[in-house]
Amino acid sequence: MSIWQYANPVKFLALSAKVQPTLWLISGICVVGGLVWGFFGTPDDFRQGSTVKIIYLHVPSALMAINAWFMMLVTSLIWLIRRHHVSALAAKAAAPVGVVMTLIALVTGAIWGQPMWGTWWAWDPRLTSFLILFLFYLGYIALWEAIEDPDTAADLTSVLCLVGSVFAILSRYAVQFWNQGLHQGTSVPVVTGGRSVADVFWYPLLTSMVGFGLLFVALVFYRTGTEIRLRRARALRARVGREL
Amino acid sequence: MPELGKYAVEVLSAYAASLVLLAALILLTLRRGRAARAALEEAEAEARRDA
Repeated sequence: MSIWQYANPVKFLALSAKVQPTLWLISGICVVGGLVWGFFGTPDDFRQGSTVKIIYLHVPSALMAINAWFMMLVTSLIWLIRRHHVSALAAKAAAPVGVVMTLIALVTGAIWGQPMWGTWWAWDPRLTSFLILFLFYLGYIALWEAIEDPDTAADLTSVLCLVGSVFAILSRYAVQFWNQGLHQGTSVPVVTGGRSVADVFWYPLLTSMVGFGLLFVALVFYRTGTEIRLRRARALRARVGREL
Repeated sequence: MPELGKYAVEVLSAYAASLVLLAALILLTLRRGRAARAALEEAEAEARRDA
């Protein structure tokens, strides 16, 4: 039994059909549960007032915006090294999910920033690197659409993904790299394990983060299946067209 | 409904914008998925007819 067996589209679709109902169910429960818990069941912050409730959207979406790009990086590398089509299609399928997550992070960040910082936007290292990541997502999607030959498109988008990874890393660590700007440091440091969020905010936030993560996985499974079916339909049409 | 105080507009607009974006993503994903299934079924039927 090897993970590479799922490079076979039929096996991937079978696995996807098996795990998706559970993924959709748990992600739905966690996203709705985390947001409802955070919105209705947590107090205001003593400094930020009720705007702290934006954290249940902002942090999970920002987390997924960066992690979606890393997932695309891994699948792009698999494509470049092992030429598995499912891998390239998974990267393609993840990009629109990543762009929406990035947009949610940017929009909620701006809405949160206005009352807290007195401005919607600042050319702060983290905000700027996130905006560039958003533009990379758009460029990545546009490149897939612009190239007709799917293998060439997969090659070029994979290279673009490698380049864009610099900004995904910068988005994650901008606050540590440049100790300046308006954006605070990460509230949930993965490496040190210490966190600056009180338990009353942390548990609904954790629920929401798990929900967004599982929602991303569910969406990518579904969208990769869609891409596989579209490619198969195109291949069949091309074969019929050649025979006629 | 919790008491959101002077930041009610900001909090509610953040939730509204995010939920609209998430809903649009999920709906467009499902719509494209259904279209792909239909396209594949049609292409397979065409291939069977020509075989």
